[in-house]
Amino acid sequence: MTTPTSPAADAVAPVRPARAGSAAGPSAPLPAAARRARRNRVLHWIAVHSVAVALALAFVLPFVFAFLTSVMSDGQAMSGELWPASWHWENYSKVFHTPGFLDWWRNSLMYAVVGTVFTVCSSVPVAYALAKFRFRGRRTAMLLVISTMMLPPQVVVVPMYLVWAQQFHLSGTLWPLIIPMAFGDAYSIFLLRQFLLTIPKEYMESARIDGCGELRTLLRVIVPMAKPGIAAVALFQFFYCWNDYFGPQIYAAQNPGAWTLSYGLESFKSAHSVDWNLTMAATLLIMAPVILVFFFAQKAFVEGVTLTGVKG
Amino acid sequence: MALDLTSGARTGSTGRPAPGAHTLRHRRRRERLRTIGFLSPWLVGFTVFFGYPLVATVYFSFMHYNQIKQPEFVGLRNWSYVFTQMPLFGPALWNTVWLVVVMVALRVVFGIGVGLLVTKLKSGVGFFRTAFYVPYLAPPVAATVAFVFLLNPATGPVNEVLGAIGLDGPNWFNDPDWSKPSLVMLSLWGIGDLMVIFMAALLDVPKEQYEAAELDGAGPLARFRYVTWPNITPIVMFAVVTGVVQTMQYYTQALVAGKLASGVTIGPGTVIQPGYPDHSTITVPQLVYQLGFQNFNTGAACVLSLVLFAIAMAVTMLLMRRRSGLLSAED
Repeated sequence: MTTPTSPAADAVAPVRPARAGSAAGPSAPLPAAARRARRNRVLHWIAVHSVAVALALAFVLPFVFAFLTSVMSDGQAMSGELWPASWHWENYSKVFHTPGFLDWWRNSLMYAVVGTVFTVCSSVPVAYALAKFRFRGRRTAMLLVISTMMLPPQVVVVPMYLVWAQQFHLSGTLWPLIIPMAFGDAYSIFLLRQFLLTIPKEYMESARIDGCGELRTLLRVIVPMAKPGIAAVALFQFFYCWNDYFGPQIYAAQNPGAWTLSYGLESFKSAHSVDWNLTMAATLLIMAPVILVFFFAQKAFVEGVTLTGVKG
Repeated sequence: MALDLTSGARTGSTGRPAPGAHTLRHRRRRERLRTIGFLSPWLVGFTVFFGYPLVATVYFSFMHYNQIKQPEFVGLRNWSYVFTQMPLFGPALWNTVWLVVVMVALRVVFGIGVGLLVTKLKSGVGFFRTAFYVPYLAPPVAATVAFVFLLNPATGPVNEVLGAIGLDGPNWFNDPDWSKPSLVMLSLWGIGDLMVIFMAALLDVPKEQYEAAELDGAGPLARFRYVTWPNITPIVMFAVVTGVVQTMQYYTQALVAGKLASGVTIGPGTVIQPGYPDHSTITVPQLVYQLGFQNFNTGAACVLSLVLFAIAMAVTMLLMRRRSGLLSAED
């Protein structure tokens, strides 16, 4: 039985014709079997692609419905109609003119950008040490990193809040969320270490022979080679900050001037309880940056996701 | 070779060290300092943002503390309050367990299914992969708001479409029996992360094994059972464990869905009974928030935190044991 050799096709190639052929014995005419095999392949192609199209529709339709509603008039958005009678693009500018919306944007960007820079700068050296240095307690350190990674943030939030609020008077700002990121993030450390393990030791050794100190080796040799891993970690952290709801709720709730988009959206919905059109416009405006970033950095992203599960 | 500090110390104690031993000890000390230097951000972070609060959580769990007056020792009263008297503890624990079991199981099955589907596609792979992946990126709050709208019982598009084909759609987020399944649907929409992981795992299965199975006359099911499954088991295990850990933290979607579906038109931070409808969406993390930041019952909140911690640690231990490869990828 000749089977297509493309990797995707390998798993697909129907076995049934082979079995049918052997059962019928050598007397079965070959052209008929070949025709049957081809028909089976075509049917298989149709079946697989129909399922995929149906599923893709289900995945995309929420965005489509949200978009269609976002351009409806106030009155129509309250009805159950699916297609806008008239297109009200001004809904988007109305959202931008909502008091506070631009502040939320600024705060989200600040949290995400500063948080990401802090995380990457502090996590790279730790990951490097865990991946490439030999020292006693390395295994324990790695165990602790993984444990921290697995820990629900709610476990330590109450005492942490008390420290930030009572000792540093930083409640009502996002700093209690950003400052800890300057001290390594377990998840980023773990991912970076997994990535750094794939870089052969020889590169470090030759850098050392050339007289580079450890820090120079890290900055001049390792960081350039680990760019894909660092990009993935930076993206993850950016998305984490952008999407974070729990953190801003704990620390910024009492001060609307410090809200982020993720946190503000809910109050937006509460204030515009029946204006589904404005709410959907705001929702899409919050989704837009992450999805845009994804399209620009798709490769790094998929690589990062794969790194979490497949390595090791 | 591991850094052997003990033998270095012994050389030092036996009188004057040889010149070679001296430089060796010197180098080892420098190496140790270098290691500590590189690890220092995390050493500080781990101590200050993990070690300290963990100890403080244990301390506060034995205290009565309303965050204004001085803490006061009350022994095990917080513990017995949480386990025997607190009305919402039962529903919160039940919901969290329900979500962990149902959501994780369905997500893994669905993730494998979508991953398989994409690996079998022969055209449009890029398009389909992107379509299945992008919803995962939607910020949880935004995705939840969108789903509350889509599943709005009266005017939501989903029930409109169901009505058009003669079906009577359920009340989704407004029905205690349907609220958790609705959350599960939301989580399945965001299957992208698992899809990518499983796709990679499925493409890694050696082709020869499929060919051999085919020669033995194995049908599609038998090939999945005897070739695909054994090859992807470690990834399935990983997906289950991380899924359990993530779902134990399940907070944002349940809270936002409950709040918005209840139609309460007040801003965030306002005290409302969580878990609408009928406590069907309250989870343990939500209860921690409510106790610690709305009722200012620090002691009880810390007890719950420790319960969560114990479960998370147990699951993590399981992960370590099952996937020792996680740690020793290099050695």
